[in-house]
Amino acid sequence: MDLGEINPVLLVASLMVAATPLLLAAIGELVVEKAGVLNLGVEGMMIVGAISGFAISVETGSPWLGFVAAAIGGAVLSLLFVLLTQVALANQVASGLALTLFGLGFSALMGQSYVGVKPPSMGDIHIPVLSDIPVIGPILFQHDPILYVGIALTAAVWATLKYTRVGLILRAVGENHDAAHALGYKVIKIRVMAILFGGACAGLGGAYISLIRVPQWTEGMTAGVGWIALALVVFASWKPWRALLGAYLFGGITVLQLNLQAAGVAIPVEYLAMSPYIITILVLVILSADKSSAPAALGRIFHASH
Amino acid sequence: MIVLEKRPQPSKAWSYATPLVAVLATMVFGGVLFTILGKNPIEAIGTIFWEPLFGEFAFYYRPQLLVKGAPLVLIAIGLSLGFRAGIWNIGAEGQYIMGAIFGAGAGLAFYPLDAFYIFPIMVISGAFGGWLWAMIPAFLKVRFGTNEILVSLMLVYVAEQMLASVSLGLLKNPEGFGFPGSRNLQQYDSAHNAELIAGSGMHWGVVTALIAVIFAYVLLNRHMLGFHIRLTGEAPRAAKFAGVNPARLILFCLGLSGALAGLAGMFEVSGPSGVVSIDFNVGYGFTAIIVAFLGRLHPVGILLAGGLMALTYIGGEIAQSKLGLPAAAIQVFQGMLLFFLLAFDLLTNYRIRAARSEVA
Repeated sequence: MDLGEINPVLLVASLMVAATPLLLAAIGELVVEKAGVLNLGVEGMMIVGAISGFAISVETGSPWLGFVAAAIGGAVLSLLFVLLTQVALANQVASGLALTLFGLGFSALMGQSYVGVKPPSMGDIHIPVLSDIPVIGPILFQHDPILYVGIALTAAVWATLKYTRVGLILRAVGENHDAAHALGYKVIKIRVMAILFGGACAGLGGAYISLIRVPQWTEGMTAGVGWIALALVVFASWKPWRALLGAYLFGGITVLQLNLQAAGVAIPVEYLAMSPYIITILVLVILSADKSSAPAALGRIFHASH
Repeated sequence: MIVLEKRPQPSKAWSYATPLVAVLATMVFGGVLFTILGKNPIEAIGTIFWEPLFGEFAFYYRPQLLVKGAPLVLIAIGLSLGFRAGIWNIGAEGQYIMGAIFGAGAGLAFYPLDAFYIFPIMVISGAFGGWLWAMIPAFLKVRFGTNEILVSLMLVYVAEQMLASVSLGLLKNPEGFGFPGSRNLQQYDSAHNAELIAGSGMHWGVVTALIAVIFAYVLLNRHMLGFHIRLTGEAPRAAKFAGVNPARLILFCLGLSGALAGLAGMFEVSGPSGVVSIDFNVGYGFTAIIVAFLGRLHPVGILLAGGLMALTYIGGEIAQSKLGLPAAAIQVFQGMLLFFLLAFDLLTNYRIRAARSEVA
């Protein structure tokens, strides 16, 4: 065992990479839940995003097109959730599970010919001047572009929810859909947009795993990240910046755990590998006492009967 | 314009018809999927649904139907009770694994002793393992209000790591030449969940599944607790006034579904599988969710749905070897089934009407 081999600068830098898929998926789900919809299909949308992004970037040679395809793939799958919960008024928990089960199977089917293929690399941006600062440079300013997209998205969602009319309407729909409907807002339409946004974000998060973080395609490679993202939204009390913080925390645990495995610590590999899931549970327990910030209409079915 | 009109009461006829309509729709869209994959859709669907029952090798496949169906039914029965009350245990896969580890562990602890009491002890340990694993989300929900969906699901990943750990360590076969995996319980008579009638596929797990169906039916229709479960699901406020203790209900529903999933895992590891190994679990815990919904959360319905799902598993394997249909296609097929079921359920609760033009 040699803990000295763990390079703290690399550790923090890879923490940000590990956190990005979580952050992207969690930000999307946060918007969905703010609109009063609980979509448990994040894992399914992520894995479909992962394979669509992977396939398209391998076929076209462009990782950028891959990410666009991943966002579309995630959104298309979330369209099925829209059909079930907003049109057919089905139970959201069951529909979300259906989405995940279907997505896992569908991605495995699509991905058969992509096992063992290497995707085109996106390359890191070296922000001039800033990336040359010792320590801070490699940690903050030498990453792939999508990582910065994730942070920008967090800021955009925060600002939209807090300062714009769209954000206010979205929150109104999530807090009390009957009142919002009475005020003349199109509850279903707003929720559909939110769900599609959530799907696109989850798709991006999935593609980040298959194109940048790993980068290769294996069946079921999201390995519960979508579910951790759902927990992260609770952890964040539905606040975007806290989702960022939470994502970095979980990313940190994942990276540390992998580094400890590599360093050959006396703890068996299996126990290290289960640690992110156990810590998710612990965090959920600590934070579940306070539910005051949850959108009031979360998970309730809306049907305009009047 | 088409509008939805809420029915005063759910339609009885549609609640029976939706699973059938969903299966038909899945066959049609599944056929489209198989065509896209370059297979003859009629042949593929026929292989999946006909071959295992009436094909040339049906004598081999029919017993397999019981072997695959039993764990699905056993798990789905437990899940359905919770689902009815709005308690979402989706971590049955983890409880299934823990049941197998506990059950096999108890049996292997006696190795090579030959005694009649070993198998019953394994059954109890298996149920206990699943129960214990399900009590974690149950306790956390009751005590701290933690979301049971996320906790039970996280515990699946923890259980998978546990499985890897014991098959490489604690339960590894000392005479296995260093290969991962435990001793084969099929070769240890006292611990072997053998077929009760040779060649029938009937083992103790199948018997237990049938008992569970009857038990759940009686519970839901003749017992106060079953009434409370139904009441909580259909009218939570009324349940509160009727004096239903939600904490007790959560502990009962999660505990029972965990114990049943644990039993399923134990019967699987001591019978058809035989070995505790890294790839022991094949997703029965998740497929059982589809089975529970397809059976409309009704014990008899679940029995039928379990049979149908077992059929798609076996038929899928045949189609895989005969037609080269990818294994994942069957997974998609099963996922589609749940989709259509949820979608067509609309017709149970709502009426579709052409809107009359209204004067604003």
